[in-house]
Amino acid sequence: MDILVCIKQVPDTKDIRLDPETNTLAREGVESIMNPFDRHALEEAVSLKEEHGGTVTALSMGPPQAETVLREALSCGADNGVLISDRAFAGADTWATSYTLARAVETLGGFDLILCGKQAIDGDTAQVGPGLACRLDLPYVTCVQKTREVTADSIQVERMMDDGYDILRLPLPALLTVVKDINEPRVPSLKGKMKAKKAKIEALTAADIGAEKQFIGLAGSPTQVVNVFSPPPRGNRTVFSGTIEEQVSQLVEQLQPYL
Amino acid sequence: MDYFLTEEQQMIVETARGITEEKIIPQRAELDEKNEFPTSILQDMAKADLFSIIVPEEFGGLGCGCFEIVLALEELARGCVGVATSFAASTLGIFPVLIAGSEELKERYLPDIAEGTKWAAFGLTESNAGSDASGIQTTAVLDGDEWVLNGTKQWITNGGEAQIYSIVALTDPSKGARGASIFVVEDGDPGFSYGKKENKMGIRSSATRELIMKDCRIPKNRLVGRRGTGFITVMKTLDVSRPGIAALGVGLGQAALDEAVPYAKQRVQFGRPIISFQAVLHILADMAIQVEAARAIVYAAARHIDSNPKNMSKASSMCKVFATDMAMKVTVDAVQVLGGYGYMKEYPVEKMMRDAKILQIYEGTNQIQRNVIGQELNKEYA
Repeated sequence: MDILVCIKQVPDTKDIRLDPETNTLAREGVESIMNPFDRHALEEAVSLKEEHGGTVTALSMGPPQAETVLREALSCGADNGVLISDRAFAGADTWATSYTLARAVETLGGFDLILCGKQAIDGDTAQVGPGLACRLDLPYVTCVQKTREVTADSIQVERMMDDGYDILRLPLPALLTVVKDINEPRVPSLKGKMKAKKAKIEALTAADIGAEKQFIGLAGSPTQVVNVFSPPPRGNRTVFSGTIEEQVSQLVEQLQPYL
Repeated sequence: MDYFLTEEQQMIVETARGITEEKIIPQRAELDEKNEFPTSILQDMAKADLFSIIVPEEFGGLGCGCFEIVLALEELARGCVGVATSFAASTLGIFPVLIAGSEELKERYLPDIAEGTKWAAFGLTESNAGSDASGIQTTAVLDGDEWVLNGTKQWITNGGEAQIYSIVALTDPSKGARGASIFVVEDGDPGFSYGKKENKMGIRSSATRELIMKDCRIPKNRLVGRRGTGFITVMKTLDVSRPGIAALGVGLGQAALDEAVPYAKQRVQFGRPIISFQAVLHILADMAIQVEAARAIVYAAARHIDSNPKNMSKASSMCKVFATDMAMKVTVDAVQVLGGYGYMKEYPVEKMMRDAKILQIYEGTNQIQRNVIGQELNKEYA
């Protein structure tokens, strides 16, 4: 089974700041990491490969430094890394991004399964996975918490729901987006890191994937960000003091009117 | 401080740190509380290739040395000395094969060790043979094409969890220490069984059991090295493994410091963070000095050992004593800085203090190490 995993390099949200002047994320001095949901997608792809054979290709759209996350993917067991990078891609929203990724997938060709993280932790839209599936006209399931039976032409999955989970079977090729419950990602291995250091990352431009100018980057993005702000901290805090017993009785007293 | 690590060494540090932060720290309190062996964490370490560090490249390993193992163990010990001890004990258990084993034994065991699919253990100590290792009573008698082992090993780390055991037994009891040999005994060999799991003060996630050999029959070719050279191999094994125990001390000391400083910054008493009181600040400063000094001597000793010098015992013993005595002191200090909170199980420093004690005891007590250092001094100034 040949699997493609879409990976995004994102700022580490442990340390997120907004620039109030420009309404954008302050990226200066903020560490970049592999989007955590994508780590789970990658782990699932590598586990499926270990069980059923095949290959895992990691694909990322981003600036040249996004190569780092592709090398990390190689050290975790991916076989190939492909970076699509072009100045013309800058400013892409989810609409333009899913178009661009779709062009890249069609150029690379021949995947049985595409895995994405549920969403990226910077934009939190959860739109690129489904968007990519629609562009490629593939069946897809979002929020997959478990992959079950895999055959030559189908895959059975569990989709996380608010009140339990659905069991669904999809024909292959298909696209899945995964949640964190699906697995425990492995720590990159030493031999994998050594291999990744030497590996060549294939780099594709807009021309290489035959992407049309009006559909990529800012030009292809209908989304307009009107305002970005940190919600103001809520007021009216009460800090209790005393022994635990005293604090609990104070809390109960405060809650009494609402019970 | 910058110790000028190579890119490969840096990768080893990062990999071990990844295991510590993602796998060990979230589970350590529960493993300690339940006395539970960290099987899944060791499997994660295997996937990350940590078991392959000391295995030569021709057997599927990375072919690194003592220093690289030290770097890995220091990072693992920042998470949990119990888990790190389980990893270290496997390395210790395979050293005799690496040092003195035949090609046949190396081919049989090293690829699985490198893959991390099999773990090892080292069986020397007995109920009456601890510091005086020459007092062992386990025997091995050649009967046709098989060795027959009889005896009981005590307090064996990874006992019952490992698949490969290096066992020291007397092949010529009349010759005393010169009559000892090392054998590889495998889990499942006839006549080989395990005693009860010990309930320990610290490093509770590591498994410590008796190994019982009752007419345990193993093939002739499981003898490691030549007959009668067992103690020489034991001494060489301990010389290269002790810096690893010292590294556990460094990692543990660092972990204690990493808990104590942030606590002292946020804990307010008398209207000020307690770090602003010199009485507390000086404790922290002394902790930092000792951790860094220990790291320096451990790295220096490990690098010395990797240069394959004629004599490595003194360097090996010196770093073991210094770093493990440091770990005991620094973890006690960390509990003191955290005060009542430090004594509670909600904070990790009480476990660190319990874990520290064994470092001064196992792989040769610190008193025995001082004997070794003293004997070497005696020779040097002859």
